Amino acid sequence: MTQLLAVSGLNKTYADDGRTVHALRDVSLHISVGECLGVVGESGSGKSTLVRLLLALERPDSGEAMLDGVPMFQLKPKELRAMRRHIQVVFQDPSAALNQRLPIWRSIMEPLDNFPDEKPAFLADVRHSRRETAVRLLEMVGLQAAHLDRYPHELSGGQKQRVAIARGISLGPKLLICDEPTSSLDVSVQAQMLKLLKELKRELGIAYLFISHDIAAVSMMSDRFIVMKEGQIVDRFARGQLLGEERHAYTRELVAAAT
Amino acid sequence: MKSALSGLLRPYGGWSLRSSMRFNPLTAIGASVLTLIVLLAFIGPLLLQNDPLTVNMSERLLQPSWQYPLGTDHLGRCMFSRLAAGARTTLGIAALALAAVTLIGIPIGLLSGYRRGRIDAILMRIVDAVGAFPDFIMAIAFTGFLGPSLTNLMLSIILVNWIGYARVVRGIVLAEREKEYVLAARAAGCSSGTIIWRHLQPNIISPVIVLAALDIGKMILIIASLSYVGLGAQPPSPEWGAMLNDGRPYFQANPSLMIYPGLAIMLVVISCNLISEGVRDRLDVKGTVFGKGGGAR
Repeated sequence: MTQLLAVSGLNKTYADDGRTVHALRDVSLHISVGECLGVVGESGSGKSTLVRLLLALERPDSGEAMLDGVPMFQLKPKELRAMRRHIQVVFQDPSAALNQRLPIWRSIMEPLDNFPDEKPAFLADVRHSRRETAVRLLEMVGLQAAHLDRYPHELSGGQKQRVAIARGISLGPKLLICDEPTSSLDVSVQAQMLKLLKELKRELGIAYLFISHDIAAVSMMSDRFIVMKEGQIVDRFARGQLLGEERHAYTRELVAAAT
Repeated sequence: MKSALSGLLRPYGGWSLRSSMRFNPLTAIGASVLTLIVLLAFIGPLLLQNDPLTVNMSERLLQPSWQYPLGTDHLGRCMFSRLAAGARTTLGIAALALAAVTLIGIPIGLLSGYRRGRIDAILMRIVDAVGAFPDFIMAIAFTGFLGPSLTNLMLSIILVNWIGYARVVRGIVLAEREKEYVLAARAAGCSSGTIIWRHLQPNIISPVIVLAALDIGKMILIIASLSYVGLGAQPPSPEWGAMLNDGRPYFQANPSLMIYPGLAIMLVVISCNLISEGVRDRLDVKGTVFGKGGGAR
């Protein structure tokens, strides 16, 4: 399989009240085109830091991430901005991830407004207005045109997360980072959301970095997954490896907690 | 401007213009009083053509009459005309100063909060240094140093008051810029300008309006106080604080010379505070910035 993203030796520390906190220690991973890599870990395991680095919102202390062979952390600001369309994100809390003051179609169209010449193939036949493009995106995530002018507070949590997913796929990214996309949702809605993400992955061929503290959800979504604790990768699961074969003590705890 | 306005009138999207215009009764009273004073200040001189500066010693200290609705002062000048002219001076200077402090404070707060790092450290040390002195003392020192005049008074007010806006705006920007919708906007390739204008600006506009409404009362008080002690408006120009000082020697025989300007200052300041309170409640500005009110988002 063609390699999409290769992360090697990522380190990141924060200064917190004079103490140095190691958010990431020597993290290396790779994701192939169209593959879903799961990341399991509790809060404070460095998952969010990993997300922020891969979105190029921050720079690592050391280490590099190659996206399609391009070193991300050596890009100039202009090149970085052009690269952003390849990696998009769906955050945990859709209420926080959508600007409450904008109607949802404005939120959905924000990435495409920034890259008007980068319409992905699945939107190529939508020729007319931005609103029509937004309708198409809404329909792809199971919402309707009627939702176009709603504000986030008028939608349910699941609907808001669908809007966030629509925004995430709107540029046809190569990698969609899902940072605990189901954790803030009701249990019944969580399953729908996972189903939607799976369908989109199959239809659009997007690779996922699927992050969750729920090892069951991760193993269901992912082709492979890694387990993180205190900024380090403590366990790796290859394709088809079963949960019973875990080697690291921490992984056993996670599995025990989930079942 | 459209997004600023819609953000203000419909902070959570669903509000109508009418509901945002419904203020509590005290605020309505404050707004009416202030409007009345402003109207009197501007329409009064058209109805009553007494020159506020003309000295007429044969008509000094007169009781109210049709010619002089509030009587005359110790130099025979029409009190009403002087109060109206004073309102124009005081309110005009306060408005100018307010425009200046917001124009200085908001960009500095945005820059500081958005860029963080060294530039933030430098700007905030300057803010701390200015804020370390009580603003009244700063204003006295400044006008004392540059010489007493209304222009210098205004400059000193600007010098002292921009820091409030820089602080409030910086605090909001620091909190908002880490929220996921801002991160999502950055990941979506928005430029800093777009993020500041589309996502951060609607958050700062309400607190800034509340702060401005509070400040204008405070500024009017400083203008009047410094003019009273002779550091602001110079005689014979009519200014409420200076008029208070003019009337002081005649207080026992003719208290109205002090009562009218004092009343004017009091009414305007109270009105401004009532308005700011109503605006704060209406805009639902969070309690952390201003101590009171607010509520869940």
